[in-house]
Amino acid sequence: MTEEKTARPHRARPESLEALGFPGELPEDWQQRAVAALGRRVRKQPDLRFFLNACVKCGACNDACHAFLGTGDPGNRPVARQDLLRAVHRRHFTLAGRLFPKLVGALDLDEAMLERWYSYFHQCSECRRCATFCPFGIDTAEITMAARSILAEIGLGQKSVAEVIAKVHRTGNNLGLNPRALRHTLDSLEEDVREETGMDIRFPLDEAGADILLVTPSADFYSEPHVSGLIGYAKVLHAAGISWTLSSHASEAANFALFLGSDEHMRRIARRIQEAAEELGTSRLVFGECGHAWRVAYNFPALLGGDVPRPRHILDLTHELIGNGIIRLDPSRNAGMAVTLHDSCNVARGSGMGVHPGGQLDIPRAVLAAAVPRTVEMPAGTTGDRTFCCGGGGGLLTDEMMEIRIKGAAPRAAALRQAVEGSGATHMAAICAICKSQFSEVLPHHGFDRGMVVGIMQLVGRALVL
Amino acid sequence: MRYAYGDKSWPHDENGYLEHFESWDEDLAAVIAAAEDIILTPEHWEVLYFLRQYYADFEIAPAIRVLTKAVARRLGPEKGNEAHLRRLFPGGPAKQACKIAGLPRPTGCV
Repeated sequence: MTEEKTARPHRARPESLEALGFPGELPEDWQQRAVAALGRRVRKQPDLRFFLNACVKCGACNDACHAFLGTGDPGNRPVARQDLLRAVHRRHFTLAGRLFPKLVGALDLDEAMLERWYSYFHQCSECRRCATFCPFGIDTAEITMAARSILAEIGLGQKSVAEVIAKVHRTGNNLGLNPRALRHTLDSLEEDVREETGMDIRFPLDEAGADILLVTPSADFYSEPHVSGLIGYAKVLHAAGISWTLSSHASEAANFALFLGSDEHMRRIARRIQEAAEELGTSRLVFGECGHAWRVAYNFPALLGGDVPRPRHILDLTHELIGNGIIRLDPSRNAGMAVTLHDSCNVARGSGMGVHPGGQLDIPRAVLAAAVPRTVEMPAGTTGDRTFCCGGGGGLLTDEMMEIRIKGAAPRAAALRQAVEGSGATHMAAICAICKSQFSEVLPHHGFDRGMVVGIMQLVGRALVL
Repeated sequence: MRYAYGDKSWPHDENGYLEHFESWDEDLAAVIAAAEDIILTPEHWEVLYFLRQYYADFEIAPAIRVLTKAVARRLGPEKGNEAHLRRLFPGGPAKQACKIAGLPRPTGCV
């Protein structure tokens, strides 16, 4: 492929695509293969066909998109992104497009179009904010996922996502932590917590017969402030007297196959978690703070079929434990903090939580309010189901996409500034590993301290009375 | 994509991470550090040698917390924190320090 100037992630190497069952390189007949793959996708997914046919070009989506607002690149308007797939679909799958392509905006999938696909379908974080503004509910994320899956089928994958999916199949987690390294890390955390609390709070691994299998993003075993959230989970489960374990077979909540739009790999990663739960004989699955993982987990019953139960979110469990008095939080232990919540896109727009509608918005707020002296909200229209993406979701969290990530975070940073200047917010809490990593790196470019990014369970861990 | 020094050269990936952990040496560390605008001091070397030892033992980079604890033991408690590591490696202990130490880039939501 020839290079052009728009942003793009590094391409996956042949061996990592082949490991996922995709061709390693662009085959000679890539056009026919891509069109055939598009046809299959549209046949399988009626909502995608509707999205491709429904747009009336009203433009309501444009100012909804953090990527367009942040970059100012017209190619990042959701409608422009959708049209990349729409034009090719029209060319090959409509009578008018086949006969009079120029009259109906139908375009061939040529090399230039392929370039645009690779660039712009990898600048979308699949956050779905545009869909909440579209009168037809057209979901650009579904279009992006379809396009990325077609690209993978012709040997064009994104390096980071392809490597991570291969790694989770191989090792059980995105980081590539082996069981010995994981145990060593957990031992080190037990030592830290003992030093802090004087108590033996365990981080169990592979303990058969535990009540709960906790599955959390592997960033919780590695990064800051993520690790502090893991400590929060352990303290809460300890204080509640609940037996729990982590699994070295399924040591990852994240499911990057969602970003790629591959149902097959998504199911395989999810099944691995279910297998671990069955092997260990745990009765409940609980998920840690990870946005897209929760979206997938929330859909486990549909994804895995049979009688697979819906997993529970750690915040939902914590909320119940606070409500029935089994654990007690002392917000004064987080004295001086005024915390605003960044709703993670996949939690806010792609899932539910607990038994009441809107629980995915209310439960995190209720737990946060119990853990800190004061909570504040960012401006209406930037939170809840209209939350702005952190700018790093959907597989964008790579070094080469840094400029796009910084720009994409601009709408969230502007809203945060209002909460800081208007309401005295000192910290922003997130409940997603990507959000935490992304904000820690890009907020300094918007004039904020990286230390203002925290997790809710991190704050719960500090406030918990043991 | 290679780093070069004298008659030696080392292949690296698209983001500048060394392809082969075992091919690393001190000359290479200085080359990568220079490309990252860092002048290596004894404190940097302590971090780099710890990262290399940990990776050799566990085939993975240490968690940031494990690294800061090790730094506290080697350089004193006042230096065993992320802020100090960030003064040494402004690009972050996870990425920049790993890169100079010849470790692969940590992957996933990090």
